[in-house]
Amino acid sequence: MALTLDDVRRIAHLARIDIDAAQADDVHRKLSAIFGLIDELNAVDTTGIAPMAHAQDVTLSLREDKITEADQHALFQSVAPAVEDSLYLVPRVIE
Amino acid sequence: MDRTVAQLAADLRAKKVSSVEVTTELLDRIEAAQGKLNAFITIDRDGALAQATAADARLVQGDAPPLTGVPIAHKDVLMTAGLRTTSGSRMLENFTAPYDAHVVTGLRNAGTVLVGKTNMDEFAMGSSNENSYFGPVRNPWNVEYVPGGSSGGSAAAVAARLVPAATGTDTGGSIRQPASFTGICGIKPTYGVCSRYGLVAFASSLDTPGAFARTAEDCALMLNAMAGHDARDSTSLDRPREDYARDLGKPLAGVKIGMPDEYFGDGVDPDVSAAIESALAQFRKLGATTVRVQLPNVKLSVPVYYVIAPAEASSNLSRFDGVRYGHRAKDFGDLLDMYKKTRAEGFGWEVKRRILVGTYVLSHGYYDAYYLKAQQVRRLIADDFARAYRECDVIMGPVAPTAAFKIGDKADDPVQMYLNDIFTIAGNLTGAPGISIPCGFDRNGLPIGVLIQGHSFAEAKLLNLAHQFQQATDWHTKVPA
Repeated sequence: MALTLDDVRRIAHLARIDIDAAQADDVHRKLSAIFGLIDELNAVDTTGIAPMAHAQDVTLSLREDKITEADQHALFQSVAPAVEDSLYLVPRVIE
Repeated sequence: MDRTVAQLAADLRAKKVSSVEVTTELLDRIEAAQGKLNAFITIDRDGALAQATAADARLVQGDAPPLTGVPIAHKDVLMTAGLRTTSGSRMLENFTAPYDAHVVTGLRNAGTVLVGKTNMDEFAMGSSNENSYFGPVRNPWNVEYVPGGSSGGSAAAVAARLVPAATGTDTGGSIRQPASFTGICGIKPTYGVCSRYGLVAFASSLDTPGAFARTAEDCALMLNAMAGHDARDSTSLDRPREDYARDLGKPLAGVKIGMPDEYFGDGVDPDVSAAIESALAQFRKLGATTVRVQLPNVKLSVPVYYVIAPAEASSNLSRFDGVRYGHRAKDFGDLLDMYKKTRAEGFGWEVKRRILVGTYVLSHGYYDAYYLKAQQVRRLIADDFARAYRECDVIMGPVAPTAAFKIGDKADDPVQMYLNDIFTIAGNLTGAPGISIPCGFDRNGLPIGVLIQGHSFAEAKLLNLAHQFQQATDWHTKVPA
């Protein structure tokens, strides 16, 4: 499956990363080389092999439904680019 | 002055030296070496001296925990409350962590003094430390060469005797490979032994906090302070506490070392092969036996990794959107434009490439062909190791095919860079522990490390082997000029 320049533009949009026309060729070339490496997997017969998502076979534990954290929103919002009245500010999305 | 962690902890307790004296001297060295090595992103002189003063008071009181007053450094991917934490990225250039990572708390509780945050490949993506927004780290053995990555700053700092120990994280070899390239010890414990809470996430099913030091004994002391269950990380394992130093003194008679054919074939530099062979001869002299084993699928660990790690990274790094923390572009139009410009400016190219690869392999219509396939081959690799461990107790081989390479040599060729991690990635895919210890030098005078791997929770055994090797050899005492 060869990666096209259009694929690069499409995934850059999905990933929310601006890539201008001048950069796209170099990105395309390097990603194609990486997919060349990845495509080595196609030679392996994996019929019937259970996928391994994780190194440890653990199940998620449950905890009691009670508040364990103190309110630290002022501390956590102190590192935000733009905050007003405890709200994160972004460009207007609804007119 | 060049004490190990164990020696320094004992001398501090015996009042032969104070933490303020040691910390001051190391801070002076760190600042003096910064122009040459660039090992640190943030140096916290005032904070370190305040901690050292408190440590000295505690040592007088007599209730001091085991590592009280010992100066260490943290990889800048670990959150340190009140101190800048950049993950090597412009995205977090001005980010002050609001809380401590679990392993940072563990080392604080053990009494260590934090002198600063070490340089690293951006978001831990890299094998050479050339991907840092804050400039490359240089190898103390020869500043024209890379120190390895991604934890290159921590490795260079320990190798150059700027700190006796430092933390690192290992997602595909990021502790073991730089330890090898800089001639020190680096341990990646079993996945789940050290909590990932407060570790800036790259690939969550692979990311593993660990430690660098000059001796196996010191690695055990660091791990004792870092390991332990943490309910804030859902993958942290709830197991009884271990003393990782408990088996250091055990003789090696009867230990069976597996030598995978795949680790001793073509593609390994002859100097590296010779150093590994002589390390194995030393282990035999110490009473161990060696046996050939086969890991036929291990060569696929690199392509598997470059599906799974970018897939997880593309998801994890979606949080950097210029809204809640980190960089935000100055000029933008609508919200979408703000996201795109923020991420274009905030991330370096290696990080962007991996996000794009991850986005592609998870995108509609490609999931089965890439992500599911990679997870199936991951299983085959894990099965290879399980089979091999029926024949042996541990597996040894080179950490990397070569010693350190020159800065710039592989910088424009991602695939060549990725292949450097061919022997370490399997440990992340299977979750098993590994330790790199120095065992020789190549023709350029650059260090070579031997990788000792074990099954899950075999840390004490790996440290035992490493310690016994270091009792019989002096590679770990060699210092860069």
